[in-house]
Amino acid sequence: MANAGTSNRPLSPHLQIWRWGPHMFVSIMHRVTGNGLAVAGLGVLLWWLGALASGPKAYETFAWAMTTPIGYIVLVGISWAFFTHMMSGLRHFVLDVGAGFELKSNKVWSILSPVLGVLATAAFWALLLLR
Amino acid sequence: MGNGTSIGRVRGLGSAKSGTHHWLLQRFTAIGNLLLLLWLAASIVLLPDLSYASVADWLATPVPAVAMILLVVSSFWHARLGMQVMVEDYVHEHANKFACIAALNLVAFAGAAFGVFCVVRLALGAHA
Repeated sequence: MANAGTSNRPLSPHLQIWRWGPHMFVSIMHRVTGNGLAVAGLGVLLWWLGALASGPKAYETFAWAMTTPIGYIVLVGISWAFFTHMMSGLRHFVLDVGAGFELKSNKVWSILSPVLGVLATAAFWALLLLR
Repeated sequence: MGNGTSIGRVRGLGSAKSGTHHWLLQRFTAIGNLLLLLWLAASIVLLPDLSYASVADWLATPVPAVAMILLVVSSFWHARLGMQVMVEDYVHEHANKFACIAALNLVAFAGAAFGVFCVVRLALGAHA
């Protein structure tokens, strides 16, 4: 019944119809990084908090796992996803108030927000590893 | 989605059900996440090291403990809202969609409860 009277309605054009632009990339990356953070980011956060609450031995296991090569890939991936999601999220706040829809500024910020995400990730790890 | 007219269906249950409320909560929790996760990133950098003793001592003090509890609640809430949108976009069959959202709610509440409990246990001195 949910589809009553809708079977002959036109479908909205999907990805293959449009010429690719940076605004499409930043939108897709916002969803990918957001859902990635929801699974991997919150998973690692809970492991960290659980290990802290369980005591030094559990924390040792956590610290060992996170300093293996795969652990570093996961942590760098999570931090990159966070900063990228944060930058495109800030872009969404600007769009939410009705600004930034002009073709040129939309394109500029679509390119800049993932770049700023990578730069913020690099700055975070530089501060962490060089302290 | 009853058998009513198109306008009746829209008035009763638009396709977004209660879209504005969901949309606003996504923004409110996003602001919370922005502040709290930048606080966490700064704290990780500013801690002398990330050993058990340093992190546990820091997280057991009142302000970091409360901020971490708020971070867990805000980020799980935001993640639940965001993943709901993904499910609604990609899971088309009604029963499967219902099952996915039910599972998502259980996981989100369980995860947040676990995170809050861990911080409380640490802050109330289980290992002090």
